[in-house]
Amino acid sequence: MTVSMTREQGLELLRQMLRIRRFEERAAELYQLGKIHGFLHLYIGEEAVAAGSIPALTQDDAVVATYREHGHALVRGTSMRSLMAELYGKATGCARGRGGSMHFFDASRRFYGGLAIVGGGLPVAVGLALADKLQGRARVTACYFGDGAVAEGEFHESLNLAALWKLPVLFLCENNLYAMGTALARHQSQPDIAGKARAYAMTAHTIDGMDVLAVEAATGRAVESIRQGQGPCFLEYRTYRFRAHSMYDAELYRTKDEVNEWKQRDPIALFQQTLRAAGLLHDEDEEQLETSIAAEVTDAVAFAEAGPWEPVENLTKDVYSRTVGDQQSAINEKLNADR
Amino acid sequence: MNITYREAVRSGMREALQRDPRVFLMGEDVGRYGGTYACSKGFLDEFGPERIRDTPLSESTFVGAGIGAALGGMRPIVEVMTVNFSLLALDQIMNNAATLRHMSGGQFSVPLVVRMATGAGRQVAAQHSHSLEGWYAHIPGITVLTPATVTDARGMLLTALEQPDPVFIFEHAYLYSMEGSLEEGSIAVEISHAAVRRIGKDVSLLTFGGSLWKTLAAATQLAQEGIEAEVVDLRVLRPLDHDTILTSVRKTHRAVVIDEAWRTGSFAAEVSAVIMEQAFYELDAPVARMCSEEVPIPYPKHLEEAALPSAEKIAQAVRRLLR
Repeated sequence: MTVSMTREQGLELLRQMLRIRRFEERAAELYQLGKIHGFLHLYIGEEAVAAGSIPALTQDDAVVATYREHGHALVRGTSMRSLMAELYGKATGCARGRGGSMHFFDASRRFYGGLAIVGGGLPVAVGLALADKLQGRARVTACYFGDGAVAEGEFHESLNLAALWKLPVLFLCENNLYAMGTALARHQSQPDIAGKARAYAMTAHTIDGMDVLAVEAATGRAVESIRQGQGPCFLEYRTYRFRAHSMYDAELYRTKDEVNEWKQRDPIALFQQTLRAAGLLHDEDEEQLETSIAAEVTDAVAFAEAGPWEPVENLTKDVYSRTVGDQQSAINEKLNADR
Repeated sequence: MNITYREAVRSGMREALQRDPRVFLMGEDVGRYGGTYACSKGFLDEFGPERIRDTPLSESTFVGAGIGAALGGMRPIVEVMTVNFSLLALDQIMNNAATLRHMSGGQFSVPLVVRMATGAGRQVAAQHSHSLEGWYAHIPGITVLTPATVTDARGMLLTALEQPDPVFIFEHAYLYSMEGSLEEGSIAVEISHAAVRRIGKDVSLLTFGGSLWKTLAAATQLAQEGIEAEVVDLRVLRPLDHDTILTSVRKTHRAVVIDEAWRTGSFAAEVSAVIMEQAFYELDAPVARMCSEEVPIPYPKHLEEAALPSAEKIAQAVRRLLR
């Protein structure tokens, strides 16, 4: 295999995948210790998708993700500290602790969630792209979702509308073969997901989601095409979730052999082999990466532990911007003055 | 100046589109067709297809796209043809529009306006006759408006577009052809208070939307019998103006709540509870409710009329209360 990347690029891709994995391994431990509660959906096994695709976006582009979004937020650049604090539910979290694992938000990086109703993010992404089109901005909205979303009406409605209006949306389907516990073939009469996107007159490709370089290349091409005004694009990444769906999953729906078989294609191990074969990765690099990531995770946990809880007095803050009454006189003044 | 409710809605939208380049309208048949209720007639020619967008029949996605466009800096007006179809968009409304500000720790605003027709009374049977604004008023994070007059139909829309948070406007389908007098100089109207539409001392009739006119007719009828009813138009279901309700009830000591929705779990029940919690000892009689019968609204005229509140039924309820 020929590898046309610099050592720095290769190590950065590896670093991002490792950051996701070590962050989540720690989060799983903290969950067992009772530090993190509620749902915790781990991305372990799927790291190549976020690590390979998100760097194709600029800071002006937008990301809409799902409840399995730890990796996306990390690669997007939201600090590990604020993400860990969000898992703890602390006021120092990226959503002031209001959302937890499923609802990471970061306005400064145009990260619009963390939306946890399957399929619910697609229409929002279409609208973000519509706003860009109406305002003449050459931005891209990247919308992540799983194979489960393909069964939702919003998937079909959103693909249709984005293609009909030629909106700059990049649809990224992380096909990990299971909608929670229901295998793709058990919920789709036609399991060719990219084919469904093509039915909406949209360019669509299926990519090996365990190969970070394949993800990077395909996503870069798709973003470029969208930015040139070619309308939406659809990428289906074939990937696999190594861990349970959430922390409450006995995994009765798949065999250990199947999981082990996919683990042979661990995206991190595969990429390490690629880098070593190309002479771009050495033992000391790996040690250095692991050491610095371990320090980042330890620091994030310390930050989360030390962070304050939101005061209960703030419980109903941010339901509305202000009370409607407060704004009323100001609005009337403005409107009447405009006249 | 006398104009129809339809014309009031249209002139409000037209002014918003002229005033603010961020405003655009999307929904089913808002463009070429001119709006199912003709509220956007002529807009496609005047403002062009970029700003007047006909959508596919995909309620969930075009409401969700309104949310996204609002997040992206626009001021969308989304027309969901009727409240009956809004059920297909309920996920976007409840799980995204209403939650995003809070769930993001205050980072995101959704300045979205959604308009839809509501209500029964036109013999369009069970699936096209719902009154669900009370359901929507259950959801924190959104504002729920029920304009009953032409001044509110026009002015509430303009005020709604200035809000940083999602606003849902329910226009009773029966009202579109109604004529009314547009108050002089009205641009925006306040959306914080209920309005006393008729002053009286014997009983408070609390209502909103299409039921306002039936209630006012009942009050006129009752006046001939020597009963002076005060009629309060709630106008804003969320956040609800408790003060105006309580002030009226403390004066009259009796209340009937009129709501076209089904009685069980109705918005009328909420208003009744507000009175019970805050003015129980002011009451000379139990709070009464005049709501629709618990039945899918039937097609034949006599059965539909039997199912819905009417001026006569409202007057009867008041007479029972004062007996």
